[in-house]
Amino acid sequence: MNIVVCVKQVPASSDVKIDPVTGVLIRDGNNTKMNPYDLYGLETALRIKEQNSAIIKTISMGPTPAKAVLEESLWMGCDESLLISDRKFGGADVVATAYTLSQGIRKLGDFDLIICGKQTTDGDTAQVGAEIAEYLQIPHIAYVEKVLEVTDEYIVVRASMDKTIETFKVKLPCLITIDKGHITPRLPSYKRGKELNHIDIPIVTFADVIDQDETHYGLKGSPTQVEKMFPPTKNTDKTIINGSVQEQVDILTEILKNKKYV
Amino acid sequence: MKEVKYNKINQEDLAYLKTLVDEENFLCSDEISEDFHKDELGTVSGKPDVMLYVKNTMEIVNIMKYANEHLIPVVVRGSGTGLVGSCVPLFGGIIINTSKMNRIIELDEANLTLTVEPGVLLMEIYDYVEPRGYFYAPDPGEKSATIGGNIATNAGGMRAVKYGVTRDWVRALEVVLPNGDVEWLGRKVVKDSTGYPLKQLMIGSEGTLGIITKAILRLEPKPVESISLLVPFKTEEEGLNAVPEIIKAKVAPTAIEFFERKTILFAEEYLGKKFPDTKSDSYILLTFEGKNKTELQANYQTAADVCLEKLGAIDVFIVDTDERKESVWKARGAFLEAIKASTTQMDECDVVVPRSEIANYIKFTYELAKKYQIRIPSFGHAGDGNLHIYICKDTYSDEIFKNKLSAIFDEMYQKAKEVGGLVSGEHGIGYAKKNYMKQVLGENQIKLMQGIKSVFDPNCILNPGKVID
Repeated sequence: MNIVVCVKQVPASSDVKIDPVTGVLIRDGNNTKMNPYDLYGLETALRIKEQNSAIIKTISMGPTPAKAVLEESLWMGCDESLLISDRKFGGADVVATAYTLSQGIRKLGDFDLIICGKQTTDGDTAQVGAEIAEYLQIPHIAYVEKVLEVTDEYIVVRASMDKTIETFKVKLPCLITIDKGHITPRLPSYKRGKELNHIDIPIVTFADVIDQDETHYGLKGSPTQVEKMFPPTKNTDKTIINGSVQEQVDILTEILKNKKYV
Repeated sequence: MKEVKYNKINQEDLAYLKTLVDEENFLCSDEISEDFHKDELGTVSGKPDVMLYVKNTMEIVNIMKYANEHLIPVVVRGSGTGLVGSCVPLFGGIIINTSKMNRIIELDEANLTLTVEPGVLLMEIYDYVEPRGYFYAPDPGEKSATIGGNIATNAGGMRAVKYGVTRDWVRALEVVLPNGDVEWLGRKVVKDSTGYPLKQLMIGSEGTLGIITKAILRLEPKPVESISLLVPFKTEEEGLNAVPEIIKAKVAPTAIEFFERKTILFAEEYLGKKFPDTKSDSYILLTFEGKNKTELQANYQTAADVCLEKLGAIDVFIVDTDERKESVWKARGAFLEAIKASTTQMDECDVVVPRSEIANYIKFTYELAKKYQIRIPSFGHAGDGNLHIYICKDTYSDEIFKNKLSAIFDEMYQKAKEVGGLVSGEHGIGYAKKNYMKQVLGENQIKLMQGIKSVFDPNCILNPGKVID
């Protein structure tokens, strides 16, 4: 079984800075990490590999420092990695990103299952996974919290939707996006990292992709226009409730009722 | 120690004490929840006659003057997270509850100090200083403890390997003495060779010498980068044997923690959250800090290589991001609660031994567990020789447990003495460990301590029955 996992390098801190003049996210190259949802995707893939024979390939799109998250995926137990990187891919919105990734995935050869994190913690759109599936013309299931069964023909997954928990049996190849579930992603292994000894991660550039129409990539291929970006306002209001346990419960219940939470 | 006949609180006392604090801060007898009869471990209990929440130093002064004059015992209490009964009112009387004295008074950036009231919680100190680029190093597991309690027990925590304990991070203390006098012990100074170190006597005295009303804490610039390594070993023995070797490797970790797989499983169940790895029998958790990534990397790689190449580690896992740190350290922080939740009752032993003796000591506890047919899980600050060992009652009857406990403690403290260790690393002596301290330190040192107590508190009204008799 061939599994592809899409990973992204994101800011390590949620305390991101935005340039007040240009409105663009200021990325601190020294302070990055793998998108936390992707870690759950990776862990899901690694657990499938433990039960079935599988090859796991990770793919990422970004500037060359994004190799760090691919290297990390190898330290965690993945078999191969591929970086898609080219200035022509820069400034991509979700549509262009999903299209570019779908082109990159084609370069990885045959696949049975593609796994993405539910969303990234910087973009937060939760659209890329589904759009990749559309470009590759395969079925997809979003918000998967657990993979229940894996065979050569299909997988059975449980997805947590807003109001329902749904179980799907999906024919392979397909794509799933993974929500943080009840698992804890494994840690990168220093030992494995040493054994791999600075493995060279191949890069796919514009020259390598099948579709050579530049208007499908990067800023040119992005219908989304960002008017303005600003950091969310932080609410640090707090109320301290004193009194006996009964009094505290009464006051809290009253507050929740007033706010219509109960 | 002299026998003191304390006066039982009467209506007149109550009426007077009531005038000393705000009405809502005065709680009498049955109004006081049973939670205040004991501490976190709950092995010893005592009912106070009155509990007064205080708001400032003067209120404490007035209470102490009255109590001293009328021979009423007084016990100070913060969050009540102690484990040796230090805040339990064995003789009834007054509890002075300092949890509402919780203001952060001053951050002095020129002197690198933070002045706080005793009821400020440890976690509130971190939350205050860290976003401002400062660092208060003591890092005990119980973050909801008050700083007053931390100072009173000389709390240690996980970063002691590199940064020392609470004692090393207190510049000065304002204290109310048992007769109501207020004194500043120490100053906002780095060096101090000015006579006997009274401040140091107050630290770790468990509320028997005076009441801390303000503390000036030392701060340092916050280390920029940190990383932890989770190192699995095939057996407990291999894990334990690795500790002194890591120290010898001169890689200066901030923390070296040892724990068994069994303890992790308790924490998983308690937190309802999986630990990243539970395949091995024992683990060592190392933390490194550095000014930048390069310095950090150099340090941790040396340690990782030593673990893999010389100490037989199965692997070395990298704990680098906030999420990973939380998945590991949250479990580590919950070990005490998790073990507590796994049994019907337990008692603890917080011995500290020379670091070279750690492995042998833990192996000795395994032998005791076998000999007495009882569960004795442990975890601890292996890097500083301080172990937390828990004797679990499970299904034994009260009496059988009591007998086993007494025999096991006798053997454990005897062994600690033999290997050059001490009774308590960071939890204190309180009520529970007095006799063992006597065994280890001997009569002479106990007499010196009694002499100190009688100078500070001639009427013996402050926390009677604790630390020394």
